[in-house]
Order: sequence, then C-alpha cells, then structure tokens
Amino acid sequence: MSDNRLSVFKTYKLYVGGKFPRSESGRVYEVTDSKGKWLANAPQSSRKDARDAVTAARKAFGGWSGATAYNRGQILYRIAEMLEGRREQFVREVAEAEGLSKSKAAAVVDAAVDRWVWYAGWTDKVAQVVGGANPVAGPFFNLSTPEPTGVVTVLAPQESSFLGLVSVVAPVIAAGNTAVVVASAESPLPALSLGEVLATSDLPGGVVNILSGKTAEIAAPLAAHQDVNGIDLTGADAELAKELEIAAADNLKRVARPQAVDGEGDWTADPGTHRLTAFLETKTVWHPTGALGASGSSY
Amino acid sequence: MASAFEYAPAPESRSVVDITPSYGLFIDGEFTDAADGKVFKTVSPSSEEVLSEVARAGAEDVDRAVKAARRAFEKWSALPGSERAKYLFRIARIIQERSRELAVLETLDNGKPIKETRDADLPLVAAHFFYYAGWADKLDHAGYGPNPRPLGVAGQVIPWNFPLLMLAWKIAPALATGNTVVLKPAETTPLSALFFADICRQAGLPKGVVNILTGYGDAGQALVEHGDVNKVAFTGSTAVGKAIARSVAGTDKKVTLELGGKGANIVFDDAPIDQAVEGIVTGIFFNQGQVCCAGSRLLVQESVQDELLDALKRRLSTLRLGDPLDKNTDIGAINSSEQLARITALVETGEAEGAERWSAPCELPSAGYWFAPTLFTNVTQAHTIARDEIFGPVLSVLSFRTPDEAVAKANNSQYGLSAGIWTEKGSRILAVANKLRAGVVWANTFNKFDPTSPFGGYKESGFGREGGRHGLEAYLDVR
Repeated sequence: MSDNRLSVFKTYKLYVGGKFPRSESGRVYEVTDSKGKWLANAPQSSRKDARDAVTAARKAFGGWSGATAYNRGQILYRIAEMLEGRREQFVREVAEAEGLSKSKAAAVVDAAVDRWVWYAGWTDKVAQVVGGANPVAGPFFNLSTPEPTGVVTVLAPQESSFLGLVSVVAPVIAAGNTAVVVASAESPLPALSLGEVLATSDLPGGVVNILSGKTAEIAAPLAAHQDVNGIDLTGADAELAKELEIAAADNLKRVARPQAVDGEGDWTADPGTHRLTAFLETKTVWHPTGALGASGSSY
Repeated sequence: MASAFEYAPAPESRSVVDITPSYGLFIDGEFTDAADGKVFKTVSPSSEEVLSEVARAGAEDVDRAVKAARRAFEKWSALPGSERAKYLFRIARIIQERSRELAVLETLDNGKPIKETRDADLPLVAAHFFYYAGWADKLDHAGYGPNPRPLGVAGQVIPWNFPLLMLAWKIAPALATGNTVVLKPAETTPLSALFFADICRQAGLPKGVVNILTGYGDAGQALVEHGDVNKVAFTGSTAVGKAIARSVAGTDKKVTLELGGKGANIVFDDAPIDQAVEGIVTGIFFNQGQVCCAGSRLLVQESVQDELLDALKRRLSTLRLGDPLDKNTDIGAINSSEQLARITALVETGEAEGAERWSAPCELPSAGYWFAPTLFTNVTQAHTIARDEIFGPVLSVLSFRTPDEAVAKANNSQYGLSAGIWTEKGSRILAVANKLRAGVVWANTFNKFDPTSPFGGYKESGFGREGGRHGLEAYLDVR
C-alpha cells in the first residue's frame, strides 16, 4: 500500500424504507468538521423526501409493532453488535463531527453501543412496568397494556450527533413505533452512517428512516403530516419547537418538547424510561369474568 | 308495544335538593359574584324550567381564582400525603352521604335519567375520590420515582355530559398529588360543581385548594391560557382540544385531553344476540348517547345483521323516554337546545346522504329537548354519520364479512377512544382487541367505568389517561 494512495470517498445518502436513496430534489450541502474542513456532501432532504419517509414508516408499522417484544429486543441487540464491529469508523466520524479527541469520541461511541443494549433489554419489560391488571369493582377482567403510538418524527439533537441521536431513536423503536429521523443539520454524517448499521441488523426496512438537511425545512411538513402520530422536538430550538407544536396540534400528535435537562445536556446520564413511555398509548380491555355460584370454594 | 307495559309514574322526590335562586363563583373558599357582575341562567333540559341564576366568570375572575389556587398551593403541596388523603376520604364520604341529593340535582340540571345518576354517576364519583385518596400518601410507590412532585395550579375544563363525574376525574387525582385546582364546569350544567364547593367547605378543605368558576367558553379559554397555570386538563370536543393544544405550544404546561369518539361496536355472528342487543343499547343510548366513548358505529357481521336489527328495534321500542326523575325512565332529555339542534342537523345530513333512518315509536314531551332513539342502516364509511361524532341517541349500522374487514372499518376513524367486541370465541376477542386502535375496549360488555381503570384515547380522541395509577402521571412533574 502506497502512502499516497488516493482514498475512496463515501457518498453519504439518506436511509428510507431500508434503501439508500439520494434526495429526490438532487440537492446536497457541504458538511465540514469543527474546523471548517470539508468532509462530505450530504443530501439536503426536501418535503417530498419527508413524505416518502412517512410512507415507508407507516408501511413498516404493522410488522414492527406486531413483532414480539422479544424479537424487537433481539434486533436492537443486533444493532449494538453491528455498531461495535464498526466502532473505528464511528469513532472517526464522531471525532470529526463534534471536534472531539479520539479517546473522547471512543467514549461517545461506546456509550451509544451501550444505549442500544439498554433499550434492547427494555422491549419485553416495559409492558409489565407500565401496564397490568386493574382491580375494578365488578366481575370483570380488566387489563391495561402499552401500545406504540405509531409513526413518530424524531428531531435528533443538533450538538450530540451520535450518542444524542441514538438516545432519542432507540427508545422510540424499542416501544414498537416506527421513526422518521431528522439528523443533526451540521453534523449528519454519523446519523447517515448509522443507517448502514441498521440496514445490516435485521431491522425491517422503514422502521427507522434517516433524513439530513435543514431541520426546519424537513420538520415543518412532518409536524403537519396527518399520518404522523407523534413528534420528538429535541433537535428544535425554542422558536421552531413552538411552531412545530402548533402544527402538530392539527391531528393531536403526541409531542415531546425539548427538555432543558437533556436538550443539549449530558447524554451519558441514566436515560430512565421517559423516552420509552413518551410514545406509548395505554389500551385497557374489559371482559366479564362470570361467576361460579355464590359460595365458591374456600380451598 | 309500549302500551303492553304501562307503568304508573314513579318519580324521585325533588324535595331532597334545595336549589337557591342564585349562586356565585367559588374562589378562595368563598362564594362571590363575578367581577363584572354577569350572571346566566341554568335550565332543566327536560322542562326548560329555570333552576337558578349563576355568576358568569370572566378573565378577571379567572385571574383571581388562579391567584387563590397559587397561594394555597404551597401549604397544600407541603402537607403530608396522609393528611391530603384524609381530606379526600372526607369528601368521598360526604358525597356518599349526599348522593341522593346530588343525583336528583344532576338529573334536574343535566336531563339524564335518575336511574343513571343514582346508580352510575354518583357511586362512581364517590369511588373516584375514595380511590385517589388512597394514593395521596403512596406516591413514592406509584412507579414515578421517589417523592414525585405536583405541578402546581391545574386549570380544568369539563363537559356537561357527566358533570359531577368529570369533576371527580379531574379534581381527585389533582388534589391527591398535591396540586390545587381551578375548575370550570360547562355552562349548561353548573350546579353540581357548586354543590361540590359546599362539600369542600363541609370537609374543611383549606381555602383556595379548589376553586369553581361557572361560565362559558371564554372563561375556559382564559383559564387554560393563564400564564400561571401549570397543568391543563380538558374534556370536551376535539375542535376545542386542538385549540388548547395550539395555545399551550411553547409553554411548560402539561396537558391532558379527553376528546371525542366514534366507537365501533363489533358484533360477530357467534355472539349471543340478546346480550349483544343489551350491549348495543347501553353503548349508544346510555346518557342519550351524549358520551364520548359511545358505541355509535355498530359493525355487524352480515350473516346475523337482519336477526340482530330486528331484535334491536324490538328492544328500542320498549325504551321509556320521558321525565328523567321517573325511576322507570330509560331515555332522558338532550342536554340543551343547541345540542338538540346539532343532533337534528346531523340526522338530516344522514338522511340527505342516503342512509335509511328508523326511530323508535315514542311520544316526545312537549316541553324540553328530546330526541327519540334512532338508528341508520345502509350506512357507508363515507357517510357523515359514520365519521362525525353525533353525541346523541343515534346509531349508525354498518356490516362486515371477515374479522379483518371489521378491524379495518373500526380503525377507519380520526378517533380512537372506545370499541366493543361481541363474540363467544376467546381467541377472536384477543386478536381483535389487539388490533383495534382504541384506548378502551369492552369485550362482551360496554360502557363500564371504574376508578382503577385508565381511560383515554388514541389518535384525535386525545392524550393522557384518567383513572388508575396511570391517572397520577397527568398531575405529577414526571416525564
């Protein structure tokens, strides 16, 4: 290998419906590292790309939400495995994207891998933690079960381009939702590369769809989209978040507002369960129990 | 047919309730006039008799009430949970003691049959307070982390269909978790909330913990938009719910919305027909169909459609419509002339769009607001009466052939509050229940409620849950 071998650049593309399309608009924008050095041209998604992503996410929802919780856990764990295997690539991309030293970037990637593992374990536990039998005053069996909300738009954090991204996407799909993710506008490359990991982790196409570009331009049609059921505004600033929340009210999307605590805060903190439960609905089913005679059995 | 079952009138006595000619707002533990002195009349929808004249709250009164609630919050939230619990237990007990009085009052002001207020509304109201009373000192164990904190002042706006029960659903969990409240009852049913204010006084509840503002939508809007309200809880129409969701955008206010519905009641060919008929009647004619979770769309499997509809029409012909205070009455009055006009307009649309109307043959009283139990056949999914919430005693009947088709039709709605399933086959119940996008699913029963059972919708039926452990979350500072 010669030292002056010309390297092969990667064409960064969107991840939609399990495929890697360019933006239908044909637009790209320059992505630079923290010092302004050109890294790549990323697709600049259009509202049509956003709509296509919703279509893909809706198509995937039945299968993903209907999969067993165990199966979803297996797949999320597989994502951790695949990510671990490509650790070096992500350390480089995160270091470039966020201006971190190699060792700090490695810690970020390790935390992201661990986060997938954390949520992989949650898929088949959350129903027991937040659901259960309700002791109604009557002869009825009454059970509350959490169910995924549906198609969720996720505005990934702008600063924490990878750990932050994983921290907002993993809980949404762990709960059984499908996601349309808008990557950090300035640092979209780790997110776009994550698509390659997801594509090789047995995650059905369309469960996660990743778009890069201008956050406000992509988020506006998603917040107003009638077939989107929820929106996580983490990556929006206060003004944009308010605008999007107003648009989201049109079909009463579930809205997760940007939280001061973790907006651009410490993504390494214990994630808790609130992101897992933010896009869960509770379904309560009643059925008569009948009765077996007045006295029953004492034994 | 009704003539075969003549009953002598059996009216519940009005004398158990003493309605005074006028009432004020309940702010900071005192009854007070509105700042601008405005009042409005509340009428009995079954007779159009004026029951009383109550103060009409304006923006200034809202501000006064929120300030009172804010002042009360510090001490109330600092009380040991066990002390808050005892206040709530007191309230539950006083409601039980005064339940006949409150049932008659509610029937007078709302128009629903005494049978329902006496046997459903009031027992559930007391049970709700009793249930949440017990949570007040157990919040550490509710699954929201150690020492979960209240939000502050809750602004609560409730509808007219279950005035006192909706008040209980709002106030009981709010107080148990340490919040203070400002509640606005609906303009057509202000009285039971004002009687509840008196119960708070009897219970010795500290001043300002509960504030009641009678008034119209403008007062409700001022309340939910007030800058010092931390929590908004609304039950009512989807249109208003959306307006509230917009108005809180960009704030820290926590919101729960309990909105409209177009519940599908699905009857499979193996269902016990007689029980299903009773369930359909309960589903859509309970409270004159003025229920957000009503089973207003009947989906019946084609092979049993004729048999079921014959049985249903026979049953509907025996329903007794009339004086709500009569203990034999099944169908009471529509709550207001406005609501009656809405129902009438939607029914006319149903006919104009080609659906086939059948109404039970019953005489309507000459005074008051009444609508005969009505069903529509030949309804398609595109019909307005299959899509829009009518909020009245009107059932739209659609048919299906396969379980998949039933589920697809049931889910074909902007709403997702309730659904019913009637079949003897257990695995089919579970499979269909699993696929329905609705917050409450009743299998081989309908319209059952309990304080321990979370209630609330999917999609445009709103978000958040009321009842049970789930209902605490709406009033706690947890994410």
